[in-house]
Amino acid sequence: MKIGIVQFPGSNCDYDCLHVARTVLQQQAAFIWHQEHSVSGYDALVLPGGFSYGDYLRSGSIARFSPVMGAVIKFADAGGLVLGICNGFQILTEAGLLPGALLKNSALEFRCRWAHLRVESTLSPFMAGYDHGQVLRMPIAHGDGNFVAGPEELNRMHDHGQIVLRYCDEHGDTTPAANPNGSVDNIAGVCNEAGNVFGLMPHPERCAEPELGGVDGLGVWRALASVLEAEPVRV
Amino acid sequence: MPQTNAAVTDAELREVSLTRDEYNRVCAQLGRPPNRVELGMFGAMWSEHCGYKNSRPLLELLPTAGAHVLIGAGEENAGAVDIGNGLAVVFKVESHNHPSAVEPFQGAATGVGGIVRDIFTMGARPIALLNSLRFGPLDDARNRYLFNGVVGGISHYGNCVGIPDVGGEVVFSSSYAGNPLVNAMCVGIIRQEKLIRARARGAGNTLMLVGAATGRDGIHGASFASLDDPELSHRGVVQVGDPFMEKLLIEACLELGETDYLVGLQDLGAAGLTSSSVEAAHKGESGVEIDVSRVPCREEGMTPYEIMLSESQERMLAIVRRGAEAEVEAIFSRWGLHSTVIGSVTADGMVRVRSGAEIVAEIPAHQLADAPTYVREGTAPAYLQEAHSFALSSLPEPQDYNEALLKLLASPNIASKESVFQQYDYSVQVNTVEGPGGDAAVLRIKGTSSGLGVTIDGNGQYCYLDPYRGGAIAVAEAARNLSCVGAEPLALTNCLNFGNPEKTDVYFQLEQVIRGMAAACEALNVPVVSGNVSLYNETRGQAIYPTPMIGMVGKLDAVQQRVTSAFKRAGDVIALLGPQSDDCGGSEYLSSIHGMVSGRTPRIDLDMEVSVQAACRQFIRASLLSSAHDCSHGGLAVALAESAIAGGIGCEVEVPGTGRVDGLLFGESQSRIVVSLPEKGLEAARAVADGHGVPFAIIGRVQGSALALGDRVRVPLASARQAWQNGMAEALAVEGQ
Repeated sequence: MKIGIVQFPGSNCDYDCLHVARTVLQQQAAFIWHQEHSVSGYDALVLPGGFSYGDYLRSGSIARFSPVMGAVIKFADAGGLVLGICNGFQILTEAGLLPGALLKNSALEFRCRWAHLRVESTLSPFMAGYDHGQVLRMPIAHGDGNFVAGPEELNRMHDHGQIVLRYCDEHGDTTPAANPNGSVDNIAGVCNEAGNVFGLMPHPERCAEPELGGVDGLGVWRALASVLEAEPVRV
Repeated sequence: MPQTNAAVTDAELREVSLTRDEYNRVCAQLGRPPNRVELGMFGAMWSEHCGYKNSRPLLELLPTAGAHVLIGAGEENAGAVDIGNGLAVVFKVESHNHPSAVEPFQGAATGVGGIVRDIFTMGARPIALLNSLRFGPLDDARNRYLFNGVVGGISHYGNCVGIPDVGGEVVFSSSYAGNPLVNAMCVGIIRQEKLIRARARGAGNTLMLVGAATGRDGIHGASFASLDDPELSHRGVVQVGDPFMEKLLIEACLELGETDYLVGLQDLGAAGLTSSSVEAAHKGESGVEIDVSRVPCREEGMTPYEIMLSESQERMLAIVRRGAEAEVEAIFSRWGLHSTVIGSVTADGMVRVRSGAEIVAEIPAHQLADAPTYVREGTAPAYLQEAHSFALSSLPEPQDYNEALLKLLASPNIASKESVFQQYDYSVQVNTVEGPGGDAAVLRIKGTSSGLGVTIDGNGQYCYLDPYRGGAIAVAEAARNLSCVGAEPLALTNCLNFGNPEKTDVYFQLEQVIRGMAAACEALNVPVVSGNVSLYNETRGQAIYPTPMIGMVGKLDAVQQRVTSAFKRAGDVIALLGPQSDDCGGSEYLSSIHGMVSGRTPRIDLDMEVSVQAACRQFIRASLLSSAHDCSHGGLAVALAESAIAGGIGCEVEVPGTGRVDGLLFGESQSRIVVSLPEKGLEAARAVADGHGVPFAIIGRVQGSALALGDRVRVPLASARQAWQNGMAEALAVEGQ
């Protein structure tokens, strides 16, 4: 079982994900350079946060054309587990693996702080360790986290349980004040219909060890490891 | 022999910021008049920014040696300190004041870019950014523009390169209107044996220029930073940063640091290719030969002069072992970076610049590197006498102490800066154990149980009102910030922001501040390992407050033992560690409540300071404390309020000491730390304090939902929090007259 962390020029959470995979999960993990054409040998993929290609043009819009993305799409289509965090989420929407798009934060400023999140769906295997309605606390750090999707798309996502996480207050209420970036319906994380591709703006790798102030992100990583140990997908 | 031109006009000398005397000195050293390219190179290298010509004799007063010091001040791009486990911490602070005054967003962004390059140039991975900012009052639209632009620029650049911005401070004072201060500090970490030197060694080795192409931006930036009133000078000298390019450079250079292809690495900062090649040659005790026709340029027709003096950002000079050029190029190319062979190391000690076959400059490296120095006579400024004659008795006590406390908490110099630091990514790299907002940030060191405390601090008002005491306090307070989280101070970096040193009163300030800093460094055993000087910070002839910024790094053997300023448990006892007095000189209370910058900066007893900090760290090592917080801006009352707000629990306190109550509550006498602890640890804590000979007064208890301080202050905690949290937003909303 081996986790591949896709490294784009400008990725800056690549080492953080590698640290969690190796040190916290005690799993094998390695970087996959964006110019690779294959992801063979890996059982799950992580697209880490950062500023791929400096976020020039639009977040994720250039990385989406990196050679490796063809292989990532094939891997996802075959049911492989793909996790996109922050810039990785943006790349997955640009690549069409996840619905919607991420615009500039409504305040037009970068936001770094802890955010409360309510679990809306446990359809995705990444959410196996959480309960529906559970309130989590994770760090956010982004300038372009304002999730948008058309009304029909939103309905479809809702019907299929694709809305995974929503920003809320500490009591679990999804108030406008709890929304850090203007996302429609306070959406913080979504998955594809099959659930194997999951993207979120908060950083589960920054809350997987107690000394960093919380461990609510650990479940995402543990799910990744346990699912793979049970039934690895190789493409 | 390059062509020379005989007569140089005053206008030409002004353009390169050299005096006629300095020009004559150049001619005498060279044995001939310099040509235009050479003159430009001398101007840049002999600027205050590169050559430290006014400050060097004074900087020699600062202690630079210490048991942990691996690379001391002036040796390399940044200092390096042993932190155990075979690791070193590398750090430096640098100013970007003048560019930020002209174009705040890019000025601040490129300031971050420059300091980050100083760190990874040495092979270290940058792990933290901090910054110290000064602006004029926020009721002025220009100051708001500068403030928002600078914060935006730091956010833009720092976030993109993926280095957490974990701390800093922002202060507003009319002294900085028109001349904001933007000081950025970067901290890196490296295995000691991997440290890279910025030296050109080994004749025949190759010089490769890497990164961005060279453009016409920033020519004369170094000389420009050494002129007063930047708004009147060249606009085109401000560069535009590309943080994406910088991120690629970081990763490529760190990868290169793992190979044996490199002889040395040097970034291109102020004075561009001139400064980087001269310094590498001089420190490597060799020469260099550069062919400017091989330098990739952004536009056609750039002259050798422009190429040698361009300050285009995101460029590095790699000194590569001969024969390894292709391997080095392959690494850069994998990261999408362009690298070009532009010259070689020579044995003759000359900096020789060619344009194809033609030699356009040829100067001994040491002549460029050894700028003349000036030792001047300072005279005490006239304002000091008046300020020192201030007596608190001349002012009425506040009629309403509650109102005074709320007003102080809402003052932009004290109010929460969350609106600033939430624009900085402070948690990337998963090391941030305590982020911005506390006395010092705490980072864990992965793979060990230890951690680093990092802080940056300065108080221009104190230095204005007593330069010697102010200098000493700046060092002491930075160390105290570290001691409050439990970190043992290891070493410091400093940025000295002053006015025009050619004025005798400014020179007096500079000299006295440095002497005060030196005394505190000696007492606290904290050497200076790096630094930067920014002089000529003036607007229309008016100098800023003398403002040394002190960045300091300390070590926690067990990061788990760190302490924060927040009260933790109702029922804990609150104690004041250190001496109490009602001295109000130079306080935020006087400036915010009474509208006066006056009085004499509080006295600092350095022996007491050392003991107070040692006692605090011993408390923390013995796990006695729930919280510790330095008394600084706003004094004891504000320190208590901040601990209460952070912890969400109130306190009931008897005001200790004798004298005026406003002085006791809001005065900023030094060497004081407010701690809270469970009652059962009290005896042990008292024994520690007694052992260090430090006053330790039990002053109250953590409890309730109000701040109750003596019989004058009773404020609901919610009101205090509201004042403190909304202070910045309210200040930004006020339109001045």
